[in-house]
Amino acid sequence: MAIAILIAALAGATLALFFQPRWWFPEAISAHARAYDAHFLVTLCVIGCIFVFAQGLLAWVIFRYRDRGQAVTGSDGSSALEIAWTSATAVIFLGLALAGQGIWAGVHLEGSDPRALHVEVLAKQFAWSYRYAGADGAFGRVDVKQIDDAGGNSFGIDAKDPKGKDDLTAAVLRVPVGRPVELHLKSRDVIHNFFVRELRLKQDVVPGMTIPLRFTATKTGTYEVPCSELCGLGHHQMRSSLVVMTEEDYAAWLAEAQQKVVLP
Amino acid sequence: MTLFSTDHKVIGKQYIGLALFSVFLGMLLSLVMRFHLVHPDTKVRLFQMLWPEGAPGGQMTPELYLSLMTMHGTIMVFFVLTTAPQSGFGNYFLPLQIGAHDMAFPVLNMLSFWTTVLSLVTLLLAFVVEGGAPLSGWTAYPPLSGLGKITGPGQGLGQDLWILSIAIFCVASLMGAINIIVTVIELRAPGMGYFDMPLTCWGWFVTALISLFAFAVLLPGGVLLLLDRVAGTSFFIPGGLIVNDQVQGRSGGSPLLFQHLFWFFGHPEVYIAILPGMGVISTVLSVFSGKKVFGYKAMAVAMLAIGGLGFVVWGHHMFISGMSPYSSVAFSVLTMAVGVPSAVKTFNWLATLWGGRLRFTAAMHYALGFVSLFITGGITGLVLGQPGLDIYFHDTYFVVAHFHLIMGVAAVFAIFSALHYWFPKMYGRFLNERLGKIHFFLTFVGVYAVFVPLHFAGFVGNPRRYPDFKEYEFLKSVTGLHMGVTHAAYFLAAVQLIFLFNYFWSQRRGAVAPGNPWGATTREWTDD
Repeated sequence: MAIAILIAALAGATLALFFQPRWWFPEAISAHARAYDAHFLVTLCVIGCIFVFAQGLLAWVIFRYRDRGQAVTGSDGSSALEIAWTSATAVIFLGLALAGQGIWAGVHLEGSDPRALHVEVLAKQFAWSYRYAGADGAFGRVDVKQIDDAGGNSFGIDAKDPKGKDDLTAAVLRVPVGRPVELHLKSRDVIHNFFVRELRLKQDVVPGMTIPLRFTATKTGTYEVPCSELCGLGHHQMRSSLVVMTEEDYAAWLAEAQQKVVLP
Repeated sequence: MTLFSTDHKVIGKQYIGLALFSVFLGMLLSLVMRFHLVHPDTKVRLFQMLWPEGAPGGQMTPELYLSLMTMHGTIMVFFVLTTAPQSGFGNYFLPLQIGAHDMAFPVLNMLSFWTTVLSLVTLLLAFVVEGGAPLSGWTAYPPLSGLGKITGPGQGLGQDLWILSIAIFCVASLMGAINIIVTVIELRAPGMGYFDMPLTCWGWFVTALISLFAFAVLLPGGVLLLLDRVAGTSFFIPGGLIVNDQVQGRSGGSPLLFQHLFWFFGHPEVYIAILPGMGVISTVLSVFSGKKVFGYKAMAVAMLAIGGLGFVVWGHHMFISGMSPYSSVAFSVLTMAVGVPSAVKTFNWLATLWGGRLRFTAAMHYALGFVSLFITGGITGLVLGQPGLDIYFHDTYFVVAHFHLIMGVAAVFAIFSALHYWFPKMYGRFLNERLGKIHFFLTFVGVYAVFVPLHFAGFVGNPRRYPDFKEYEFLKSVTGLHMGVTHAAYFLAAVQLIFLFNYFWSQRRGAVAPGNPWGATTREWTDD
């Protein structure tokens, strides 16, 4: 009896938490992020209904059939019911899985955009760095032996490769608003994870692999990038930023940064 | 000598004792972690006494936090959730319920328990060796776990001991699984068909089948990882790595290969933890409703379906790992499919209650609480099973909340239910019913208060496995949430003392129980 009330109360309290505004997703800053939020809302409504229905039924059954000396009446099986609830849940669960494929496909199953700005992302314990191809639009070769973190060559850009002469490296990821961006994620040591909450994007960065990640940010601003795969004792401090700039600001930053590029 | 007894009842109690020790140790570790999360700069003299290296001057280092986290997860998953429901209650009650005198291989049974003890001792040794326990989490992904102490403190000898412990545990579990499978197949009483067995036996049988295939894959995974560390092989280590400014002369390995091997075990492990509990809950709900289990055959088939489908969904742990995005689509559909038999079980539990006459014993309280928690923890699987949505929630506190509810707390409620239900058989006395109910109500409120809010930290994007949240602007908003959760965790831990007292006090002083105190129909109450 008391347990029926408690189940109902805890289910109600759980639901009530969804109506507080404080702990929720941050603002969405891309078409994908908005599609994500829309599909999440659909999923939330479905599981919310299941939650209310199931917890409510549980509480009600406990209340209704508490021992009052009544005779036991219920049946101990029904094929019709088994078939009904098996197919109903199968339709709902698989329907959700299919409905959600669109947002996944949008991130991972579509090809590269020819207009995309390509940026290489390098993760290591416990820092991020970014490489832009420079004016020639091509990344220079890298050579492990030429890696020099203190000298500003974290990527190990090969001094002998002319394509690398104008490669630009930075500690913060800057991109122009509205332009497709394609990141090429690499790690030098262990697995890390590149996560931008506002883009609703998260991708492991795995040593030995180059993993593409595409997005188009539609709102300027500075967004935090927290490492989201356990990478060692500095994992919680492996922080970076994504700065989404207007076209003009980005061009100005690029021109200025490009001038400072000095390679051995 | 009873210490090395081959009697299944003694071994069952030994496993439960081991799980009880482990669960309180694991809980204490989690309390230290919860404290540190909300007071990251507070110096605590006790920490310095316990971990002179890890907490110099009483200030906990990030590596100490991560090592406590690794040990908490490992202890809870392996030494609590895998031992008590399956090896503990299974050992004690499976032979009794199918009319066998003992398990099929009593000596193997004894060996499997003591091998588990050896595994636990090996794991705990990691606390005291140089560098301390490993910081790579219970999932131990290479390269972090594969290169030795160059990747961090605890990644030297501590990580070696961790892998060794898991490998030993695999051997112990394989022995136990074989024993249960053979016992069910060979030793059922004359005339007892598979579909005459109580659902508890179905739970232990399917779990043993899962264990056989799952631990048989984790074992070589662990051995290969150990070889990468000590023999210079490169199963999981790719070429061109530079760790801590040192070039690593390895090539050709794949970090993702380890994840496939690990999760091929790791996902079925969830069902290893919960299926025996599902069996217990079915029994307890039926006995205290005064009715047969609704849809017995559907329940047994659902367990088989969960066991089978459970082996083809491991990729949902790897949606964002860098594996082919097309695989994710397949794993997603299969993952949503495995939710169906779980939902079917829930409906059958509700239908079992329907039309009954419910007696609210302590065991019944935990069983009803289990159903509620199973619903709350289960439905978030419908979010995480979709790669498109997991792309935000992966490795956030949303996941922490999900698996603690469904795998941890629900399974523990099944253990509480089983203990209250079977205690009279095990000790000839009742656990105190009033204390049991008080403990239930406080624990039930406590687990909701701890784990429901953590989902909301996940909405904010709060990454898990962070020793503190000071570095990030966006995490300032969850400070209050974590403070509340930590206090709820203190409360939850404190009320477990009620259970502990009841458990030991009732063994000596509890009310004497008659032979079949609950009016049950299964054989363990009538046979000896």
